[in-house]
Amino acid sequence: MQTSSDTGTIRLPIGSDVDLAWVRQQVRQVAAELGFGLVQQTKLVTAVSELARNTLIHGGGGQVEMTALYRGPARGLRLAFTDSGPGIRDIDQAMTDGYTTGSGLGMGLSGAKRLVQEFSIDSSPGQGTTITVAAWATGLPHPRAEAG
Amino acid sequence: MSEQGAAEESTAVLVSEFLQRRQEQIAQRWADADLFRTVFTVSRDEAVEACKAVVDALSEAAAAGRVDDITAPGFRRVRDQLGRMAASRARTGASPGQIAGEVADLRQPVIALLRGEFPDPAGDQAQECVLALTRLTGTLRVVVMETALSAGEEVIARQREQLLEVATPVIKLWDGIVAVPLIGTLDSARSQVVMESLLNAIVAERARHAILDITGVPTVDSLVAQHLMKTVAAARLMGAECVVSGIRPAIAQTIVHLGIDLGTVVTRSSLADALAYALRRQGIVVASGPPVGVSLS
Ligand SMILES: Nc1ncnc2c1ncn2[C@@H]1O[C@H](COP(=O)(O)OP(=O)(O)O)[C@@H](O)[C@H]1O
Ligand SMILES: [Mg+2]
Repeated sequence: MQTSSDTGTIRLPIGSDVDLAWVRQQVRQVAAELGFGLVQQTKLVTAVSELARNTLIHGGGGQVEMTALYRGPARGLRLAFTDSGPGIRDIDQAMTDGYTTGSGLGMGLSGAKRLVQEFSIDSSPGQGTTITVAAWATGLPHPRAEAG
Repeated sequence: MSEQGAAEESTAVLVSEFLQRRQEQIAQRWADADLFRTVFTVSRDEAVEACKAVVDALSEAAAAGRVDDITAPGFRRVRDQLGRMAASRARTGASPGQIAGEVADLRQPVIALLRGEFPDPAGDQAQECVLALTRLTGTLRVVVMETALSAGEEVIARQREQLLEVATPVIKLWDGIVAVPLIGTLDSARSQVVMESLLNAIVAERARHAILDITGVPTVDSLVAQHLMKTVAAARLMGAECVVSGIRPAIAQTIVHLGIDLGTVVTRSSLADALAYALRRQGIVVASGPPVGVSLS
């Protein structure tokens, strides 16, 4: 059970501002349970806020899948944001600080990448976008108690 | 008719006794079922306890001969718990159909245990008990769905409340100094309200300093930062200088990594520091006597 990484996969919808608040809250709670420190939690939740908002604003809504990761004693969290919106034509450009096609600061994608340990984009025009990130807790793990 | 009724009753009693006897084993199996596992994510023990309460409820309903009755007293006792569980599943995106399926999945493990109790699992008595237990778990499913529906209504009502709770008190701290303590999420609609009430207060109070205290804002992402900067710029146009206070260390680090430059914004770590800054800028000297408390209430 400890090695299986699909234990506790949670899927949350992203369709409104209220959903964004709920996603942030859930990620913070799960990260805390996995042993993320306060700064780590704050960084991860902020990255999540950026990506979830992109899913909503640029992708027209979608969902996020949250999976707890167990690698030996390490505890982490993987989040996959998926939408079936317009996709991103030039990923390098989108990843540039300050680049925006909307009215934002254009710091969401590049900033989120700096706030997590793993970051990947799967997107092409007309095919929607999936952005997957992972972060690892460096504090002491606080796992769910296992019964024999 | 009465003979059949009596037979049914004794079957129900057998099922009730079985549930009591095997409560621990059933709870151990259920604790790993989706319905419980996904709700009680922190502690498995908690899941086991919750399972036991449900087993008790089923046993009590069976003992009363009310396997089909969703109003049986046993169910009433776990209604709250089931409602919270269903609401929690619904919040994490499970559809009502999915939740119903998860309740249905509880049946198999307990039926398997029940069959094992009989020397002849294919015999009449075993079959009747299995049937009674199946009906009982079906009733449980209806109870969960019913509580899930009312819990869903509660969630919607709560969200509506959050949306209405956009009242942002602007406090006059001193002559010419106003402050807004920001609490909760700052989405676009909320930020708009904050900006408007602050600008109105600046005019009404002829304020030369406005303090935005973000101690109560859990996440500062690029949108929140953008709103803060816009508010600061708008206040400047009204002739007031803004001070942002209450940026906690974790948030300060995160803003830096995010790559956002708040360079043009005056920041202070606490509301008291921000007030001291504003007073000094206005040439007001506060005698250092007994400590001055700032009350927000
Ligand atoms: N899920 C998405 N679907 C389509 N385009 C996206 C998505 N996420 C980001 N983009 C594109 O990348 C750009 C940069 O995103 P970001 O750095 O978050 O800045 P901002 O959201 O402020 O525009 C966006 O303006 C948009 O063009
Ligand atoms: Mg963005």
